[in-house]
Amino acid sequence: MASETIPITVEFTGGLEMLFADQRKHSLSVPAKDERGQAVTVGWLVHYLCVEVMKDPRKEMFVLDGHVRPGILVLINDADWELEGEASYALQARDNILFVSTLHGG
Amino acid sequence: MAPALCAICKVSRALIIRPKNHQKLCKACFIAVFEAEIHHTITSTSLFSPGDRIAIGASGGKDSTVLASVLKTLNERYNYGLDLVLLSIDEGIKGYRDDSLETVKRNAVQYDMPLKIVGYAELYGWTMDQVVETIGKKGNCTYCGVFRRQALDRGAKMLGIKHVVTGHNADDVAETILMNLLRGDLPRLARSTSIVTGDETSEVRRSKPLKYAYEKEIVLYAHHKKLDYFSTECIYSPEAFRGSARSLIKNLERVRPSAILDVVRSGEDMARLVPEEVTGVSHCKSQKTSLSSADGEDQGAGGCGTNGRNSGGEMAEMEKKLQQDEEAAGREIDISALSNNANGQRHDRIETKPEPRKAAKKDVGRKLVRQTLGTCRRCGYMSSQEICKACMLLEGLNKNRPNMQIEVDGEEESSSLRKGMGEMALAAG
Repeated sequence: MASETIPITVEFTGGLEMLFADQRKHSLSVPAKDERGQAVTVGWLVHYLCVEVMKDPRKEMFVLDGHVRPGILVLINDADWELEGEASYALQARDNILFVSTLHGG
Repeated sequence: MAPALCAICKVSRALIIRPKNHQKLCKACFIAVFEAEIHHTITSTSLFSPGDRIAIGASGGKDSTVLASVLKTLNERYNYGLDLVLLSIDEGIKGYRDDSLETVKRNAVQYDMPLKIVGYAELYGWTMDQVVETIGKKGNCTYCGVFRRQALDRGAKMLGIKHVVTGHNADDVAETILMNLLRGDLPRLARSTSIVTGDETSEVRRSKPLKYAYEKEIVLYAHHKKLDYFSTECIYSPEAFRGSARSLIKNLERVRPSAILDVVRSGEDMARLVPEEVTGVSHCKSQKTSLSSADGEDQGAGGCGTNGRNSGGEMAEMEKKLQQDEEAAGREIDISALSNNANGQRHDRIETKPEPRKAAKKDVGRKLVRQTLGTCRRCGYMSSQEICKACMLLEGLNKNRPNMQIEVDGEEESSSLRKGMGEMALAAG
């Protein structure tokens, strides 16, 4: 399979950044296709972030039962991911995927 | 898929889907609708009067930052005539509050509001760092919560302000309602649904203008308005918050987003069924105003999971409840069944039933007086007991031993400061 990649930006705010080395903005180059040759989706990205990017062991702060933890908002190019097909949304080059936690205090 | 268009302007691309009604809105229309709904909450409950000086309890977090921003916007747009001040509490926790206070200081400049910071150190002679050094991490949230509730009142009094608004949102209120439901505590459930505690006669009233605002929309409002807020977790957050009602709320929301407001509405309806002798909530003038509970337990106002109910307060409540049992006999609503159910949750209450009933019969007037809000004999601040909880805790601290009468028992209350800790604690385990 060709190792074609697409550039995307992933951001974490609302307290989630602390799970990702206190870094809010991550510029990533992700494979265009998954291991089965399908176009990569946001659902795939969430798993990828957990495995490849997140160093913090507290995975369940981000993903619970295979889904983004309830209380974490996902915005795809500033739009609620519910408007974009949620986890099934196919990533496009230069997409901005923002994860915002509503769970953290002030 | 083709981008959806905004349901209101039908021109711009929809970016937000509203949890309460699934309406798809563009950024500009969402911001307008969000502000209009807070305005409606404020005007329909006659929350403010022209010339009022209002202290905004500000932590630098999303809720209080959005509250400050929206109140400033509405005050200017609709000429409320309010004098808005930011009031922050410095608990004295290095590496936590000192960072978020920097955010509040920036907010003060951004919103052109005066900022007053009151510290536990000046009020009580103890920082939370010192408290934890003395008593350890276990139970420290009790101290912090009790101190904070009083600190907000004392800060407001220093400013000569009689009304403090806090950033409690619909998720917070729903969480408190559920928790009180699970405890079988109808009086507190009823009080917690009020948008205001205290009335004109109170020294300091508390209110929550964001009571009907979803946490999700608050975060999205902050995001789309690019507000400067701070998200953090208290470094002393204990393990006691496992399996919080917060998770329950968030899971309910995922299944059916309207559930949060439905719980709030249900809480309000239940509150209407609880007689005012029990709650202090007057149904006649407005079921939205309730007498203040000086301890602020109903609101869980920023207290990190404090549940410092003690036996004295329960007895007083018990007496009140028994009294209303009798008074409610002639009412249309079948209150006795309701009360019996509530009592059934707690065996200790059943045991104590006969005695207080007699007492209440003998001396109704005195019992009612006892329920009236008083002041602490020691510090002079509002308290429903002779010595307020803050003073009791301080006495223990000053004797260098924690007061064991008030203990964290694993139950939590709603609080915007605390809510994330449950998640953290869950994760830590």
